[in-house]
Amino acid sequence: MNQEKLVSTFKEKAGLVSAIVHEVPDIGAALAKAVDLCREKKSLENLMPGQGSDAVSPPGKILAAPNLDPTDYQSLELLCKTNDIFLIKEDVRNFPGGIDMGLTLMDFGIAETGTLVLNSDSEETRLSTMLCETHVAVIDKTDIRETALAMANELTQMTKHPSSYTAFITGASRTADIERVLALGVHGPLELHIILTGQNLSEPNLSGRNKSGQI
Amino acid sequence: MEKNESFKAYKHRLDHALDNEFLRTAMDNFAVAYRTSRLNAFSGMDVDQIIQEVAKIKATAINDNELLLAQFISKAEENGIQVHQADTAEDANRIIAQIAKQTGSQRIVKSKSMTAEETHLNQWLENKGLTVTETDLGEWIVQLRKEGPSHMVMPAIHLSRHQVADLFSDVTKIHQDAEIEKLVKVARQQLREKYVQADMGITGANYAVAETGTLGIVTNEGNARLVSTLPRVHVALVGIDKLLPTIKDALSINRVLPRNATGQAITSYVTWITGPSECKGVPEGKRQMHIVFLDNGRRKIARDPVFKEVLQCVRCGACANVCPVYRMVGGHQLGYIYIGAIGLITTYFFHGRENARNLVQNCTNCGACRAVCAGGINLPWLIKEIHARIQDEEGHPLKSLMLGKVLKSRRLFHRLLRTASLAQKPVTGGTPYLRHLPMIFSKEHNFRMLPAIAKTPFRDRFKDLTTPVKKPMCRIALFSGCVQDFVYPEQLEAAMELFRKANVAVEFPMDQSCCGLPALMMGEKDAARDVGLQNIQAFKGEDVDYIVTLCASCASHLKNHVPNLVKDYDRDAAGEFADKVMVFSQFINQVLGVDALKPGTHDTRKTAFHSPCHLCRGLGIKEDPKRVIAQSGHEYVRTDEEETCCGFGGSFSANFPSVSKEILTRKLDDVEKSGADLLVTECPGCVLQLRGGALRQNRAIEVKHISEIL
Repeated sequence: MNQEKLVSTFKEKAGLVSAIVHEVPDIGAALAKAVDLCREKKSLENLMPGQGSDAVSPPGKILAAPNLDPTDYQSLELLCKTNDIFLIKEDVRNFPGGIDMGLTLMDFGIAETGTLVLNSDSEETRLSTMLCETHVAVIDKTDIRETALAMANELTQMTKHPSSYTAFITGASRTADIERVLALGVHGPLELHIILTGQNLSEPNLSGRNKSGQI
Repeated sequence: MEKNESFKAYKHRLDHALDNEFLRTAMDNFAVAYRTSRLNAFSGMDVDQIIQEVAKIKATAINDNELLLAQFISKAEENGIQVHQADTAEDANRIIAQIAKQTGSQRIVKSKSMTAEETHLNQWLENKGLTVTETDLGEWIVQLRKEGPSHMVMPAIHLSRHQVADLFSDVTKIHQDAEIEKLVKVARQQLREKYVQADMGITGANYAVAETGTLGIVTNEGNARLVSTLPRVHVALVGIDKLLPTIKDALSINRVLPRNATGQAITSYVTWITGPSECKGVPEGKRQMHIVFLDNGRRKIARDPVFKEVLQCVRCGACANVCPVYRMVGGHQLGYIYIGAIGLITTYFFHGRENARNLVQNCTNCGACRAVCAGGINLPWLIKEIHARIQDEEGHPLKSLMLGKVLKSRRLFHRLLRTASLAQKPVTGGTPYLRHLPMIFSKEHNFRMLPAIAKTPFRDRFKDLTTPVKKPMCRIALFSGCVQDFVYPEQLEAAMELFRKANVAVEFPMDQSCCGLPALMMGEKDAARDVGLQNIQAFKGEDVDYIVTLCASCASHLKNHVPNLVKDYDRDAAGEFADKVMVFSQFINQVLGVDALKPGTHDTRKTAFHSPCHLCRGLGIKEDPKRVIAQSGHEYVRTDEEETCCGFGGSFSANFPSVSKEILTRKLDDVEKSGADLLVTECPGCVLQLRGGALRQNRAIEVKHISEIL
């Protein structure tokens, strides 16, 4: 499968599981897109009022971005400031009732199933994708692989060290436990947005970030 | 889930379920929807091949189980995880309670684990004064209702939104509307607090990867992620059958598991935990992680040459999804803890024969489970093995013992049938049906008209039907089976006419007897073996090219079961015998060629086909009969349930008439929907069931054996 095909398959399969896919040229545009989505989203429905988050009691929306590199984080901070969004990268545990958005850079995409692979060794990364109402996953097109099976070696590398915690995420949290009717957001995110970065397939990886867990 | 229930009480419970309209509709919708979604999920893939791969991976892992366990433990311990081994369910529960005590854990959240259901873990922990909350929505619902799950991956499929709304109103003390989206939100809200407050999280695991000491957990809701992330202690309860060498093996299985379970290409989440993972809620910065490996009979199964393939199960639940009995009565009636075909088998091993003896009989042996099993397990055969084993241990019931005894002696068996043919006059009134049922039947058996035994069996007519054939195009021996010999000889007569026209030389070895399937169905394995040997002997002297039968059940039994049953006695002869067996439509199509058929001068009728279970799945024959129908001058129409069991299942319909009746009714509804007024099949047992049902229910459907339309 060539890369164009990988990307189109990925988009199609992610769409089938209610993920909303966006395409932008680079990480900067991805951050701007995430901030737009955060601004436009309905306010958080705090699941545990009077606990945790109330103690911090941030004004406006809360966005957690645990795994950005420092420069990207700085740009995001600026964007958030102008939009009255409270940005955090740690102590997500202090917001058990939920946060508006979790923004994470993903390690891989799997075209066959529209799946995202995320090194979640860090508790902040994990919780950002679990406690948020909207999960925004940023993935570079060059990181999309054909099947999970085809990346068994990469996954072995990700999972072989102590304390590793690796997540496959495909669409939003879902259940069909009542009358087999599909409902999204039973525990985790109500919505999953995937932002694909990278313009043309021949161009080098623009984000230039390191993937922990990958050799 | 009833302990030590009598057969009568069990049947009563089945009747109760059959009267539950919501359950019936829910189950039926699911059965229909599942078929399509599974098909879509596997589209473009070679399903048989990837299932074979899964079976191979699992079989190898079961053989290497001890090695993998040692490898996993050493890796996990190196990573700082405390590994425990539990021989029994009680041991596992005790270990987990002990961990709770040691870690000062009072509040526990759990993600769904069939293994924890198997050990009755919640009950144990609650008895120790601990608070346990299930977090999978369906599991939470059944926990609140103090029930067990009714499906392996959809625990609350038996409940309506109204029942859930009432339940949630009770729990929250606020009225909740019966709107699914809102009810899901209630769970989201109620359960979040539980995660946050919990000291300990308990999960199961779908995969335990030995190479890296990694657990793989498959969920849709994402609850296992929260359960393994918020609390400071994580305990995973894992059956030793979940061990695999590498993550590649796990990924191979994961291609099949969600597709087979719910028709999803993949679940929303697959979580790989090598652990112990970071936990900022404790000073050490890492949570305490324990893995409890459970044996509870698995090692014994692994060593059993017959049953070890049971451990190839990946817990997808598909065997329930396609089971005609499950479709009628739901999971609480078709499982103790584990549901569906696999449950009929594992209940014996995990929960004792007192909980298995009724369940194991509730199977038509239609083979739909085997055709869909992700682990490639021969479920129907193993169900019968369990049935026989329980009878060997507990003593055989008089009914089946007598059947076995009678079948073992062809002379006695046939003499009884001849006597019955004379004795039935008072109840037939000269018609080909029993007008009322003799005393040995109860009223509930009256759901179909039962045919009378023929005045003259086929074996007595054979001589007059044959003429010597010069230069025959081929030589065959006819295997009649008992139903056609003694009840429907006209079906064989019709075939003889065709054979004569096609210049086929036919022999009918008089020493042939029942094929033995009824004995096997009733758990009389020894009798089935003896009858099998007699039949092999009866056909030994015949110099024929094929052994042709008009009964798909006989054909499938002779080909698939007999060689296995007699393998310690006459393996070579059995193989030779089985290789020659052909079912009628296959013989016409593949040997005579359908061109040998000349369309009759009858009206063209819309004709549905009921594919006998033993034909389409037992023998893998799907197209031959349809070609024959088309050539007969009738118009074949496809029905949605063409390959669904008719509910006969031999002794099944005698033991569970109320379930059999409902399966039959559903079948006839489907035929009626297609607009067909002629229903053709290729097994006299199916004819008996379908024709008797169509007559009793006054349906405008005529039922014929395929030989009768040529």
